[in-house]
Amino acid sequence: MGSITLSELLPDLGTAMIETGIMVGISLVLALLLGLPLGFLLFLTRRNMLLENRVLNFIGGLLINFVRSLPFVILLILVIPLSMIVTGRSTGPIAATVPLAIASIAFYARLVETSLCEVNTGVIEASRALGASYWLIIKEVLFPEALAGLIRGFTVTAISLIGYSAMAGVVGGGGIGFLAINYGYYRYETGVMIITVILLILLVQSIQTTGDAVSNHIDRKKR
Amino acid sequence: MLKLNNISVTFQSHGQVVHAVQHVTLHVKRGEIYGIIGSSGAGKSTLIRTVNLLERPESGEVIVRGTDISHLNGLELRKARQKIGMIFQHFNLIGSKTVHDNIALPLRAAGVSEDEIRVRVPELLSVVELTDKEFAYPGQLSGGQKQRVGIARALANNPDILLGDEPTSALDLETTESILKLLADINQRLGVTILLITHEMQVVKKICHRVAVMQGGEIVEENEVYELFSNPQHPLTQELVAKSLDLTLPKRVAETVQGDIIRLVYLGDNAERGVLSDTLRAHRVQINILHGHIEYINDKPIGILIISLVGDPVQIENATEHLKGQVAKLEVIRHG
Repeated sequence: MGSITLSELLPDLGTAMIETGIMVGISLVLALLLGLPLGFLLFLTRRNMLLENRVLNFIGGLLINFVRSLPFVILLILVIPLSMIVTGRSTGPIAATVPLAIASIAFYARLVETSLCEVNTGVIEASRALGASYWLIIKEVLFPEALAGLIRGFTVTAISLIGYSAMAGVVGGGGIGFLAINYGYYRYETGVMIITVILLILLVQSIQTTGDAVSNHIDRKKR
Repeated sequence: MLKLNNISVTFQSHGQVVHAVQHVTLHVKRGEIYGIIGSSGAGKSTLIRTVNLLERPESGEVIVRGTDISHLNGLELRKARQKIGMIFQHFNLIGSKTVHDNIALPLRAAGVSEDEIRVRVPELLSVVELTDKEFAYPGQLSGGQKQRVGIARALANNPDILLGDEPTSALDLETTESILKLLADINQRLGVTILLITHEMQVVKKICHRVAVMQGGEIVEENEVYELFSNPQHPLTQELVAKSLDLTLPKRVAETVQGDIIRLVYLGDNAERGVLSDTLRAHRVQINILHGHIEYINDKPIGILIISLVGDPVQIENATEHLKGQVAKLEVIRHG
């Protein structure tokens, strides 16, 4: 107990942070690239919406619910074959990014849909009435009107991902969360655990603060 | 300018079929302001939404400038909509965009270049007298100012027709006046045909040339506004007109006054003539004016008087007959 000195820990801590950075960073980028459009698609195919399409909406919703209802550890193991195909390996942070990305895409898509539902339908109707194309409505109405909510959702997604990434250790993903479990839980290194947990708190707090600041700034314009 | 031919709209709501609009046919002429009045649930909102196909009619045709647009889709529909402006009760501005960008949206939809937009937006703002608010956000504007932005946005692509969906219903009395004045002005100066729906007779009286009364998804009466006010036919119209001209006698007065109580409506030139003094000279009755009002609609007067006639029953009968010949309408409210 307490046998590890800070200088011994530092290299591990550094590696862990890089691993977390890789896993969370790539997943977030993919959430933006795929989850954002998927969320728009879910919203636009709803009843009485621009691209109303019950089949597409149902399938999309089902897919997202499927991913979201799986405990993350199960998803992690379930997609190992897919990770093999996509990344060429089944362990390590890159491989662990695959299930994380899938979870974050599904998670963010749902949050995107929710924020779009908050957009005043009268404004959407007005833009249809003035002859705007779907693309223009998305770009000039839906996106700016939902932007504050989209950023809040992105913040929530990022924080959830940090939590999920701790479980990525199951497939050798590493990361800060795993460091905490490894040293603190399995090896009774309470000191290490506390340091890592403090690091995690700081990380989450700074993400939340930044996200809030940005979305509040956007909201302020409307008032 | 605009013809609606036999328009019907049906909804499925909670498993029940709702006939929101039933076989409505109307014709709005070029350059006029046409009002549709009715209480909420009458189907007027659904009806006006069929004009730009926000609501697809189940049957019937929407003909704008001789072209049936009811079956248009995609780009053609968007082109048609660009020539039909619309303003809303709750303005429906994009809260996250400046006034400039709100007004620029229809121009961008029509593919107008950014250079031209920079010229056009201030022009539109000067039409609605809001030049100093170009870079404000809607949240910083009053209701009346928001509606002015809505009007500027609706006029951006020089529409043939402007649709107003209860455009003043969310505004206070004073602001309503100024918005109605602006709409009348736009109609006059730019020659834009206006079709609006409202539940306020005040709006119809102030700016409409013709009006349709809607109830239960149908148009029950249609007329020139002056004619409608002076000679309402349908019970609903009569009720709306009576309420609008508000000439109910206080109960106490109605109970204590002696003699016959008579309600007179006189129109046009008669409103300015000495109908009462003629009657007094010819018959030995006493006339008391209990309530009265002259309303000018499209600059033509409608006079309404409630009087009591006191005297010998025969004289009263003769005086009543005499008055009947002089006025547009006479109604004995109570015999003395």
